[in-house]
Amino acid sequence: MRRSNWLYVPAGLTYLFLYLPIAVLVVMSFNAADTPYRLDGFGTAWYGKLFADRAVREGLVNTLIVAAGATALSTVLGTLLAVGLARYTRSKLLDAIAVAPAVLPDIVLAIGLLAFYTAVQFTLGRHSILLAHAVFGTAFVAAVVRTRLAHVDGSLEEASRDLGATPLSTFARITLPSLAPGIIAGALLAFSLSIDEFVIAFFTTGPDNPTLPIVIYSMVRFGVTPEINALATLLLAVSFTFVLIAQRLSRLTESI
Amino acid sequence: MLLFSSSRRAAGPAIIAAGLVLAMTACGGGGADGRAAGPDTLDPNADLSKQKLTVSNWDGYMPEDLPEKFKAAKGPTVTVTKHATNEEIMAKLTAGGDSHIDVAFVSGQFAQALNEQGLLEPIHADLVPNLKNLYPEAGQLAFDKGNKFSVPYTWGTTGLCYRTDLTGYTPDSWEDLLTPKPQLAKKVTMMATERWLMLPAEKSLGFSANTTDAKQLEQVKQKLLAAKKTLLAYDDTTFGDRLKSGEAALVEAWDGWCPTDDPKIKFVVPKEGSDLWVDTMVILKTSKNKEAAHAFINYILDADNHSWAADNILYKVPNAAAMAKVDAKVLETHPQLKMAPADLLKNEVPVDLGDAAPTYTRIATEVSAG
Amino acid sequence: MSATRTPPRAARRERLVGRLATLGPGLGYLTVFMLVPLALVLGYTLFHRGRFGGIVYEASADNYTRVADGLYLGVIWTSVKIAGITTLLALLLGYPTAYLIAQLPRAWRTVALVLVVLPFWTNFLIRTYAWIILLNSEGIINRALTGLGIIQRPLELLYTQGAVVGGLLYAYLPLMVLPLYSAIERLDPQLREASANLGARPARTFWSVTLPLTLPGALTGCVFVFVPSLGNFVIPELLGGGRTVMVGNLIRDQFLKARDWPFGSTLALIVIALLVLLLMAQAWAARRLTDGTDRA
Repeated sequence: MRRSNWLYVPAGLTYLFLYLPIAVLVVMSFNAADTPYRLDGFGTAWYGKLFADRAVREGLVNTLIVAAGATALSTVLGTLLAVGLARYTRSKLLDAIAVAPAVLPDIVLAIGLLAFYTAVQFTLGRHSILLAHAVFGTAFVAAVVRTRLAHVDGSLEEASRDLGATPLSTFARITLPSLAPGIIAGALLAFSLSIDEFVIAFFTTGPDNPTLPIVIYSMVRFGVTPEINALATLLLAVSFTFVLIAQRLSRLTESI
Repeated sequence: MLLFSSSRRAAGPAIIAAGLVLAMTACGGGGADGRAAGPDTLDPNADLSKQKLTVSNWDGYMPEDLPEKFKAAKGPTVTVTKHATNEEIMAKLTAGGDSHIDVAFVSGQFAQALNEQGLLEPIHADLVPNLKNLYPEAGQLAFDKGNKFSVPYTWGTTGLCYRTDLTGYTPDSWEDLLTPKPQLAKKVTMMATERWLMLPAEKSLGFSANTTDAKQLEQVKQKLLAAKKTLLAYDDTTFGDRLKSGEAALVEAWDGWCPTDDPKIKFVVPKEGSDLWVDTMVILKTSKNKEAAHAFINYILDADNHSWAADNILYKVPNAAAMAKVDAKVLETHPQLKMAPADLLKNEVPVDLGDAAPTYTRIATEVSAG
Repeated sequence: MSATRTPPRAARRERLVGRLATLGPGLGYLTVFMLVPLALVLGYTLFHRGRFGGIVYEASADNYTRVADGLYLGVIWTSVKIAGITTLLALLLGYPTAYLIAQLPRAWRTVALVLVVLPFWTNFLIRTYAWIILLNSEGIINRALTGLGIIQRPLELLYTQGAVVGGLLYAYLPLMVLPLYSAIERLDPQLREASANLGARPARTFWSVTLPLTLPGALTGCVFVFVPSLGNFVIPELLGGGRTVMVGNLIRDQFLKARDWPFGSTLALIVIALLVLLLMAQAWAARRLTDGTDRA
């Protein structure tokens, strides 16, 4: 197949557009001066400031607690839902309900949950964010697991049932293991979406224990501080490492 | 304690009835006086260590170790909850039922609204001896003359904060912001919160900062729409940084937020006048720990405790004894703190707008969307 | 065969238990935490705000007449316009990018795709913040241009509708590239070869073969970009400097500042209505496209 060389121009633009701001953040994070816009020598002072920042540290802990809880809940609910939708119903309506949280604009879900929590006088805090994040988490896990289900051969389950296994043991011994890659992928997706989520967290958070995105929002709102550059660089480094590990792992499993 | 609670129970129905009457008369606009409705009888010798307080305040608006120190000194355990805005705490306090909040920090016009709804306990002056520390001017605030239901915590004004090297002249009028000289176009910011968004135009046109007159408000709107063309941004939070970086040369700012520790930056109250905003402390009628609540307010009004606000949040406090204790260095870098109470009182105190509040919201939306 | 072995009633019961055990928890959860909240929002649209931000339960259609007011329709139109331009730009940048990635050797493809997604993994607010540093009148771009003597006065880049579009595009561009890539990648290369062998020029092959076949992917990408752009309130706030108001800002302000929940709910309902229309249009277009190609 012949490649069209002119395509490199718009594609190059895309990558430039995607990476110019990030490059700026990384370079500025090593700024020695405290001017947000001018580079004045090399230094790591902003990393020191960042590590000493209690709000950021606590925000990170809160984020991880919320994401872990929301992921656990969404993985169980989403997996069951995917199996149920694929095997036990043909209802278009139920399908639509299961994907709705992934399609709805954040702000709509956010105000709905705020209204709901207020109406039932539910105290807001980490747990209210966790329950809110499990809503879209469930939808994403269900979607990913369903894609996997479509590729799984149903005959094994049938054979298991024909051999007299109870539905429960068929589910535990045949269905679940064959879905494992989909479940893991769905859980990872739910986790990374929860970690980054701002709008819903912003509406359903209580006065204490904000998640990291909420902490970042107030940092950005209350001033341009190079500390954010350092934080961005670290987050990038972590994502990059994860990508590398994921790549290695998938290559490893392929070679096996 | 037993005596106190049984007397409270007896007073319950009376308070509810009084609250209803108050809520009705409040609509007529007559400044409802909580004292006439018969406040609780409070016991000056109550055992405070048996009372527990929940205080709602803005984040960082009082010393973090204050609850501990108060417990050590007076006995009650204090739980602090935070609210981000007046609107947030208002929603909590007006939702009906017991909010379980004993003391709340709210701006003056919101204290007024709470009182009109009969939600506030009158301040028992005999339980707050430190009221004597307050300036006489602190008792002349339009939303609550005589501090009947609120005790002022901080006060200040709004003006122009500017970079002397970038403006090239000394601004002294709201017009410097609304119709800036050509070299300042796109180098000015105004505040986004509606009362302060409207303030410069209201004052420049010679209107009250509390005007509810439809024709005047229309003029205010037109003026703000015209000013938008030369405006860099609407900004409530980062105008100080913008001045420091040189992105802006002249901004609308609260006195305490103008970074005059930078020698190039100055603050001025425009000649057309400005507002006198006040943040207050109020005690909720539903509180079951009213003696401790009064003791808490009294503790804050102690000169050593109250001066913390001036030293750290750089807001003036209406407390003569506390202002005398403010660090001399801070006064030097932030001369706005030295403004005399009498001068401060020349500005207009914002009061509750009542039914005109949605009009203000709408104009703010029209201006920012226009 | 299995029907003869298990009595039909037991089989039916087994199915019912299976259905309840799998669908029950998830749908129950979504009912409580999504459907009930949405129903509340729908219900609130009929009431109005009390003087201090509560809800007065007297039914009326006032909120709907209020939405029809020029001010709010104007804001909704601005939002649709900004989200639309963002989507169009994302398509113009994203299509050639996805097309090129699909033609790269397999090993490079993964790298190129990961590079598209990677910025997406830093926090959304930080990505927005980066643009403040770039576009500010004292920012990098203006400093560079004035330093090079290309301009005298800093350009007005930040706090414009253009900045808002740029920020949204930056935030959601990967959501356009991914579905486009998977659509293009799935294309059977033989189709294009056949078209070329029949004498069609590359451009004609693209217009009559490649483009129609990848349009469903493009439509998906458009929805993925348009929907979050429409409801966004952070980017207009941070990059628009409060000078651009989108419907997301209105909803946020009605809920958290003016505390007019009934009216905020009405605005949210309009957003949902727009979304439903959009999804219906997308489904309709996708169906027509596949019908057309089936017949061809």
